Amino acid sequence: MPSDSLPAGPSAPVIPKSVPPSVIALFLAFAKMSVAGFGGVLYWARRAIVDQHRWMSADEFNETYALCHFLPGPNIVNLSMVFGARLRGIAGGIAAFTGLLVPPMLIMTALAALYARYGEVDALRRILGGVSCAAVGLLIANVLRMMAPLVRRRDVASLAMLVVVFVTIGLVRLPMPLVLLVAIPVSIAVTFAVRRKVSA
Amino acid sequence: MNPNPNPVWALVSTFGLLSLFAVGGANAAIPEMQRIAVDVRHWMTDKQFSDIYAISQLSPGPNVLIVTLIGYAVAGILGAIAATFAMCVPTAVLAYGVSRLLARQTGSRWPAIIQAALVPLSIGLMGAGALILTQTTDRSFVAAFVTGAAAVLAFATKLNPFWMFLAGGILGFAGVI
Repeated sequence: MPSDSLPAGPSAPVIPKSVPPSVIALFLAFAKMSVAGFGGVLYWARRAIVDQHRWMSADEFNETYALCHFLPGPNIVNLSMVFGARLRGIAGGIAAFTGLLVPPMLIMTALAALYARYGEVDALRRILGGVSCAAVGLLIANVLRMMAPLVRRRDVASLAMLVVVFVTIGLVRLPMPLVLLVAIPVSIAVTFAVRRKVSA
Repeated sequence: MNPNPNPVWALVSTFGLLSLFAVGGANAAIPEMQRIAVDVRHWMTDKQFSDIYAISQLSPGPNVLIVTLIGYAVAGILGAIAATFAMCVPTAVLAYGVSRLLARQTGSRWPAIIQAALVPLSIGLMGAGALILTQTTDRSFVAAFVTGAAAVLAFATKLNPFWMFLAGGILGFAGVI
């Protein structure tokens, strides 16, 4: 247990790194940040974990998020599992994971049922059509924002990889696994070669 | 093609495999989800897919829950649950395993290299997703204008996305788009 392994004596002032939360507290905290998370859960997750509960420092949070970002799958879902397990073992991981997923999944299922029933109603069709126009705009903005640092650095190799994936997936419509099985090793090799050249 | 007797199994195998290729998160998997749901399996039309994308953006929770909506459309409540867990459990287990592994040996520069190498790929995938969705949503001049305006506003300002969804919804309801 972390409290036993502290090198200092029992009366040493411990920096307020709060006690690990219970499994139920983990479930509730993740349920809350998930349902509050309009427009992405990451913002609320950082706020709750770092600022509110002080379960992690900002650096620890960034490191954990970076790990979950480079692994495949929904980042924030991966983060819930890794984070919960770090604090409370596998039970903690499962608590955070289910807390994050199950409440919004129930909301989503209810919306899916409504859509299945009323999706063909003309007014709803028009409204959803308008909302999806805006939603696609947000996705485009997201892409541009992520591209900006590559453009600023004139990172030609990365931009070329980006364009190849965009064309093969978006225009040619090749299956994603096929494209990535080639693109991932190529991109890693290119990145490795570029970094070696820079540092040499 | 052999008829698949069990749609729930089709959902589980589809999303279980797809999640392992979702580099950069759920939005990077949009093009492949659309390709499978609309073109390969014929689970829904492209209009239904873009509706579902809009609903998933409007609702609370992680973006990945678009698979809950697809799962429900295919096989009801059981399909919704099966699709969600198939998309989320394998990679969460993988992330747990890797985090345990990395906890022991730090200082390796490979995670940083792999991460840097994956960034352009996930941006390319998200861009492809945007392109595919615009082909469904932006079939009129006004619709394309709304998408463009939302893109510029979201890129250049800190305006809450809610207002853009609201504006899009009102214009849609009014029949302008």
